[in-house]
Amino acid sequence: MNDTDAEAGLSSPSRRRFLRGSAAATVFLLACHVPFSRRALAQQPTNNAPPIHKPNLFVKIDSDNWVTVISKHLEMGQGVTTGLATLLAEEMEADWSKMRFAFAPNDTSVYNNLDFGPMMGTGGSSSMHNSWEQMRMAGAAARAMLLAAAAEKWRVPEAELKAENSTITHKSGKSATFAELGQEAMQQPVPEKPALKAPGDWKLIGKQLPRIDSRGKTDGSGQFGLDVRRPGMRRAVIARPPLFGATLKNFDASASKKVPGVREVVKVPGGVAVVAEDTWSALRGRDALKVEWDSANAETRSTDEIQAEYGKLADGKGLVAANRGNATGTLASAEKKVKSEYFFPYLAHAPMEPLNGVLEFDGNKAKLWGGSQLQTIDTNVLAKTLGIEPGAVTIHTTLGGGSFGRRGTAVGDWVAELASISKAIKEKTPIQLVWTREDDIQGGYYRPMVLHRVEAGIDKDGNIAGWQHKIVTQSIFASTETPFTSFMVKDGVDHSSVEGVADTPYQIDNFSVLSYNAKSPVSVNWWRSVGNTHTAHVMETTLDELAKLAGKDPLEFRLQLLEDERDKSVLQLVAEKTSWRGAGDKRGLAFHKSFGTPVALVAEVDAGEGDFQVRKITAAVNCGTAINPDIVAAQVEGAVGFALSTLLRNQITLDKGRVVQSNFHNFIPTHIADMPEVEVHIVPSTGTPTGLGEPGLPPLAPSVGNAITAATGKRMYSMPFLMT
Amino acid sequence: MISVEINGEQRELDVDPQMPLLWALRDHLDLTGTKFGCGRALCGACTVHIDGEAARSCSITVGDVDGKKVTTIEGVSGPVAEAVVGAWRDLDVVQCGYCQSGQIMSAITLLTKNPSPTDADIDSSMVGNICRCGTYQRIRAAIHQGAKKAGGEA
Repeated sequence: MNDTDAEAGLSSPSRRRFLRGSAAATVFLLACHVPFSRRALAQQPTNNAPPIHKPNLFVKIDSDNWVTVISKHLEMGQGVTTGLATLLAEEMEADWSKMRFAFAPNDTSVYNNLDFGPMMGTGGSSSMHNSWEQMRMAGAAARAMLLAAAAEKWRVPEAELKAENSTITHKSGKSATFAELGQEAMQQPVPEKPALKAPGDWKLIGKQLPRIDSRGKTDGSGQFGLDVRRPGMRRAVIARPPLFGATLKNFDASASKKVPGVREVVKVPGGVAVVAEDTWSALRGRDALKVEWDSANAETRSTDEIQAEYGKLADGKGLVAANRGNATGTLASAEKKVKSEYFFPYLAHAPMEPLNGVLEFDGNKAKLWGGSQLQTIDTNVLAKTLGIEPGAVTIHTTLGGGSFGRRGTAVGDWVAELASISKAIKEKTPIQLVWTREDDIQGGYYRPMVLHRVEAGIDKDGNIAGWQHKIVTQSIFASTETPFTSFMVKDGVDHSSVEGVADTPYQIDNFSVLSYNAKSPVSVNWWRSVGNTHTAHVMETTLDELAKLAGKDPLEFRLQLLEDERDKSVLQLVAEKTSWRGAGDKRGLAFHKSFGTPVALVAEVDAGEGDFQVRKITAAVNCGTAINPDIVAAQVEGAVGFALSTLLRNQITLDKGRVVQSNFHNFIPTHIADMPEVEVHIVPSTGTPTGLGEPGLPPLAPSVGNAITAATGKRMYSMPFLMT
Repeated sequence: MISVEINGEQRELDVDPQMPLLWALRDHLDLTGTKFGCGRALCGACTVHIDGEAARSCSITVGDVDGKKVTTIEGVSGPVAEAVVGAWRDLDVVQCGYCQSGQIMSAITLLTKNPSPTDADIDSSMVGNICRCGTYQRIRAAIHQGAKKAGGEA
C-alpha cells in the first residue's frame, strides 16, 4: 500500500488535495453513478429522500500506470482490499501487478455499505456481497471511458480496440497505457449501465491472486492506527473503573503530574486521562494516579452468581422467537429425548492491535486516524461529543490490526473517549489514545454470556418429534439504542441472541424458541459471527445426540432435514472429501449456515484422559462466487484458529464484578502448537458472493465436540470444553 | 544518553534508561514496524534482534541495549531474511498483519540457528508469537519454504 497516498489524499474530503497529494500524478478519477441497492433504498426515510446519485469514487489511475482501488471497507485481515481490487481490475482489464489500495474518506452518501443502508461500515461478512456489483460496475465504466478516449484520439472504431493489462491496443498495433489515456478518459461520459463480463470471460475472479496488502505487512511499512504520527502529537491512556458500571468519585493526580513527560491529567466521562509526551510516560503517569470509584451501580456479582440468575430467568416466561407446530405436545409423546443445558462465558475479542486512535481537534474541525470500522457512527459520535457538525469530521481510516467486531461498537466507545480527551485538555495537541492489553481484556464489549436449555426428541421412526429451546443472554442490540436496533430487535427479541436457532435451515416441524434478556452493566458487543458463536454449537451437538438416539448416520440425518440444495452441497462435498464412513465414523461432523454461507466441517481429534488435540479440520463452503479462493481458504483457516481458543480455554470470568483475566498469560489465544491442519474445499459457483469472514467459525466447536464424543463418549456442552 | 546501533546506524537515545526498548523504537525513533501487543513478553509482536538474537523489545529496557546492535523488521537483511520474507509473501501468510513483523523476526532467528526445522521445532520456537487471525498453518509452511530457499533441507 502506498500510505502517503492514503493519508495525504483520499481521506481528505477535498478531491483536489487528493490529486496533489499523490506521489505520482493522478491522471484519472472515475466518478460514476452506481445507485443504492433496492434493499438500501427501502431502508431510507421515505418522506423526503431524493434518490442519492452522488458520484461514487472508487478508482484512480496515476501517471506511473498504477491503478488504485478506493476501499470503502476497513481492512482488518479479511482480505477485503484484495477482493475489491479484483472486482475492479477484472472489469477494467487492469494489470494485477500494478494494483494498490487506499481507504475511502468518511462519506456515507458515497461509501455506504449497500447491505447496511445509509451507513458506511464493515461487518456482518457483507463486504464482498454488497460490493459485488458496485465495484465491477466501477471497473467496467472506467474501461468503457478509456476505450472511448482511445477511439476518439486515434479516430478508430471502438470495436477495433482491446483493453488488457492496463493498456489499450488497436489492431494496427498502436497502444497506450491507461495512464496515457487517463486525462482524456475523464472527459468521456460515464456510462450509466456498463455491460459486465460473463463468468466465462473472467481472468481474475476465481483465480489465486496474491494479496495486495502483503508487502506492507511484511516489511514494517503498513500503517496501523497505532503507527500514525502527527506533528506535536501526545499520547494518552485512561484509568477506567475496575468494575463495570462504576463511576469516578475523585482522584489525586499530584504524583502522576510529577512523572517526567506527563503533561496533563484530565477528568473524562470514562475515568481519568493521562496525557504525556510518549506512551511510556503516560503509562507511568497512570500508575501513579490515586483514584476512588463509586461502585453503587456497578456489577459486583461473580460469574457463578450470574449463571445462577440466568437459570432462574430460564425457569420463567420467555419471549417467543420462533414457534411452529406443537413442540410441547409432540415432545411429551416422543420415543426418546435429550435434555441439555449449555453455558458460554463472556469473551474478549483481543485483536493483536489494541484499540487506539489519533485525533486532531482545533475547536472547529476534527480529524481522526485509526481502524474505524463503522465510520458513520464514529463520525456522528465525534461530532456530538465535540459539539461540531458531522461535516466537520474527517476520518482517515488505517489498517486495523484485527478487530473481530471490537473496533466497531454502536456507541463508538474508543472514538468517544478520544473526543472527550481532546475536549478536556488545555494544550490543543493531536492526541493518540492507547489501550494496553489489560485495558482491552478487562474493558468489556464482550461476546455476551449465554445459557441454552434444549429439549428435543425423536419419534419411533427416528425422525425429530419436537424441539424446545430457551436462550438466556444479554441483548447486544437492545441494551442501548443503536442505529441497528430498530431492525435487529422485534417484539423484544434481539435477533442476534437467537440467530442460528430461530432461523435454522433445518426443517423441524414442531419447534419452539424462547428468548430471555438478562441485564448487567457489563458491556457486550458483536464478536466474530455474533450469536452463531454459541447457537451453532447447541444445534449441532443436539442434532448429533438425536442422530445417535435414532441410530442414524449424522450426515444423512442432517441431509434429510435440509431443503436448500446449496445447504446440502457443503455436507455432500465434505463427506466426499473425507470419505465419510457413516454412523460409526469416529470423526466429528457439523454444519452451520451464517451470513448466507453454509459451511460443513469434519474434525479429526485425538482425545484421551483429560485432554484433546485437534489434528485436522476439513471444510466445505458454498459462498457463491469465490472471488479469491486462496483468501476464502485463509478466512476459514483463520476462523478455525480463532474459534479454537474458545473451546480450548478462553473465557472472561468475574470475581465480585472484577474481571479475573488481564493479559495473554491468563487469556491465552490459540497458539501455533494448538493449530490443526485445515483443508478447505469450495463448492464451485458463479452466484453472488455471500459472507466468508465469519461463517467458518460457528461449526468448529460442535465438529470438535462431536469428535470428542465419538472418541470418549463424553459430551462437550459448555465452552471452554472441560475434559475432566 | 544511550548509544545503540539500530539497523546499522548509530543512534543516541536521550530517554529514561528504564524505558522499554519498544517505546523508544516506536515513539522516539518512529520505527513503527515493531508492534505493541501485550507489554509483558506474552505475544511476540514486539520481537526484534539484539546482537542477532530474537528478543521481546517490550520487556527489555533501553539501558539494557546500551552499546548493542538492534535490528528491527525495517532493517533485516541477508539470505535467511530474504528467504523468510519471500516465503511469507509467496504463501500470502498475512491477514491483519499486525503480528507478522514479530513472526518474521522469530522465524529468521529460528532458521539462522536451525536451517531445517521440523514441524515440532517450529511449534516450540514460535509458540510465543501469537496471531489472533490464526495464520499458523501458513507460518509453518512459510518457514519450511524459507528453509528450502535459504539452503536448509526442511
